[in-house]
Amino acid sequence: MLKFLLQGLTRPPLTEAPPSPEDAELTALAARLQTAARRRLGRSLSIRAVDAGSCNACELEIHALNNAYYDIERFGLRFVASPRHADVLLVTGPVTNNMRQALERTYNAMPNPKWVVAVGDCALDGGCFAGSAAVAGGVAKAVPVDLSIPGCPPPPLEILKGLLTLLEQM
Amino acid sequence: MPTLHDILREGRMVANHRPWPRAMVNARTWQMAAATAADGRLTLLGLWGDADVVHMALLDDQAGSAAVLSLECPDKRFPSVGRLHPPAIRLERALRDMHGLEPVDCPDPRPWIDHSGGAPYPFLSAEGDSLHQIAVGPVHAGIIEPGHFRFTVNGETVVRVEERLGYVHRGIEKLMRGAMLEQGAKLAERVSGDSTVAYALAFARAVEAALELEPPPRALYIRGLMAELERLANHLGDIGAICNDASFAMMHAHCGILRERVLRAAHGCFGHRLMRDCLRPGGVARDIDAAGLALLDALVTDIRRHFPALVKLYDNTASLQDRTVTSGILKPALARQFGAGGYVGRASGRAFDVRRSIAYPPYDELEFDVPSLTEGDVNARVWIRIREVEQSLSLIEQMMARLPAGPVMTAVTSRPGESVSMVEGFRGDVLVWLRLDDDGRIVRCHLRDPSWFQWPLLEAAIEGNIVADFPLCNKSFNCSYAGHDL
Ligand code: SF4
Repeated sequence: MLKFLLQGLTRPPLTEAPPSPEDAELTALAARLQTAARRRLGRSLSIRAVDAGSCNACELEIHALNNAYYDIERFGLRFVASPRHADVLLVTGPVTNNMRQALERTYNAMPNPKWVVAVGDCALDGGCFAGSAAVAGGVAKAVPVDLSIPGCPPPPLEILKGLLTLLEQM
Repeated sequence: MPTLHDILREGRMVANHRPWPRAMVNARTWQMAAATAADGRLTLLGLWGDADVVHMALLDDQAGSAAVLSLECPDKRFPSVGRLHPPAIRLERALRDMHGLEPVDCPDPRPWIDHSGGAPYPFLSAEGDSLHQIAVGPVHAGIIEPGHFRFTVNGETVVRVEERLGYVHRGIEKLMRGAMLEQGAKLAERVSGDSTVAYALAFARAVEAALELEPPPRALYIRGLMAELERLANHLGDIGAICNDASFAMMHAHCGILRERVLRAAHGCFGHRLMRDCLRPGGVARDIDAAGLALLDALVTDIRRHFPALVKLYDNTASLQDRTVTSGILKPALARQFGAGGYVGRASGRAFDVRRSIAYPPYDELEFDVPSLTEGDVNARVWIRIREVEQSLSLIEQMMARLPAGPVMTAVTSRPGESVSMVEGFRGDVLVWLRLDDDGRIVRCHLRDPSWFQWPLLEAAIEGNIVADFPLCNKSFNCSYAGHDL
């Protein structure tokens, strides 16, 4: 274990690894995010994620935001466990009938001001589940949406860009 | 006790069902099959409904054969399989909710997928002094799928946990009805996001079996590459996540890096990190070029270089081992009874892997081990996944070395037919049953996730553990909510 810790100290972090085109984009994003987040929210934005019927792929990509490549916390963006601590509700999935109430209650449990971001095509308009009697067909059918990030699933960088756009609009 | 062959002989064979036989049986034979499964001589692979018909897929482990039995139930009732064989109970509850077919004498009368009842769900009780309940979900603290767990605990010790699922029910099987193949493939891929390739493959193989198509050899190998990349990404991510649930964040960080590299390689080769819309009935939508192969080659080298040190770290960290060894033990007898697939089964002595047991190309031409252990604890499930990472790396190398040249797609015709297919996803065996009409539309498509036979076992494995170990045990099973709820 010591070896790993030592490497962690001596090796350059992955997040600043030699810039491939994509990583360069990430670095630029980081700078924009930092200023925006600091100006509007005093350095931090707390996000509560709710799966309202996703296939789980959107969650996987949201998860990836936490890995060493994207390391979303360095921007002051962090995922919180309780809606009471959240500024942003990140919702995935077409909103199934069985999740609708839980989603609404999570939204209602959040303090104001609050924002809702719909992640993925499903969350936008039901995606390929649109028309099913078991789903509402998009997050906006249940709670007011401030921003949608399309994709199936949107890759981590797109989700990050979306959050930045939201910050700039705030 | 009758064999599967004997049971089939009692029924009337249905033409045009591939590759396994399907027989229409009467209620007596249906019950005989259920009793044989209860006896441990057959493994229940699935139980699903159709318009006034119920179907049951069974596997004869010994003979390595499988079949589908169908029972007409014009009065919307059929003899419960779950009455004799508990693994069928949830399937029957779902069947009742979805098709209105009543499993007569099913031990559990409660709804399962349908939450519309209004009345509070009656959880099973646990009685005794100083017991209390903890309700968790459907919205969880982490970024995970929704489900409800009702714990009854005595101090810190779990006396009973009961799962309540169905929150992510999107009505996929209904959407499948009347869909064209292209739409069907899209839906199948979106059943469970972490098993995109597994579902795409199971669906494609079902279509190909129904239409008697043979995809070109190169496509079969590219599918194999996709499937192993998906397995690698999930295993790497989950090994880290399991350790994270034991508060060992360092493994999580390092495994997360390797997972990300797999996803980036997949994107580089096939244009999508999770390989969505890449695998199609008839072949694959994207060929792999020399640059893609170079990426995969670099990926394998990279994981080979970094993974062993992580395995050592896992093995040598006493505080971590203290959490994973002897936690959440799943007894081999239960794994066998439920036909638990994937690492859940293989860590508890059930050495079943579709890639080996009912081999399909390209695996029938490749060399690999199917690791299995008997301890059945969290540690054993981690080790199975570690070993499978190593096997997947070797499989990728073998497939790259032998990759045939040629086209990657065959034309898909349309004609009526029925088929069943089973493939090995990272989580276990995914089963698809399909019926097509003359214009190539889907009449019925049933998709059975391996989680159906793993979720109930989590309830058993957690008993006697402390509440704080539940996330750890749960992650070591990593059952799918979306795949189960459909
Ligand atoms: S948008 Fe796509 S990836 Fe996201 S939940 Fe829907 S189907 Fe899954």
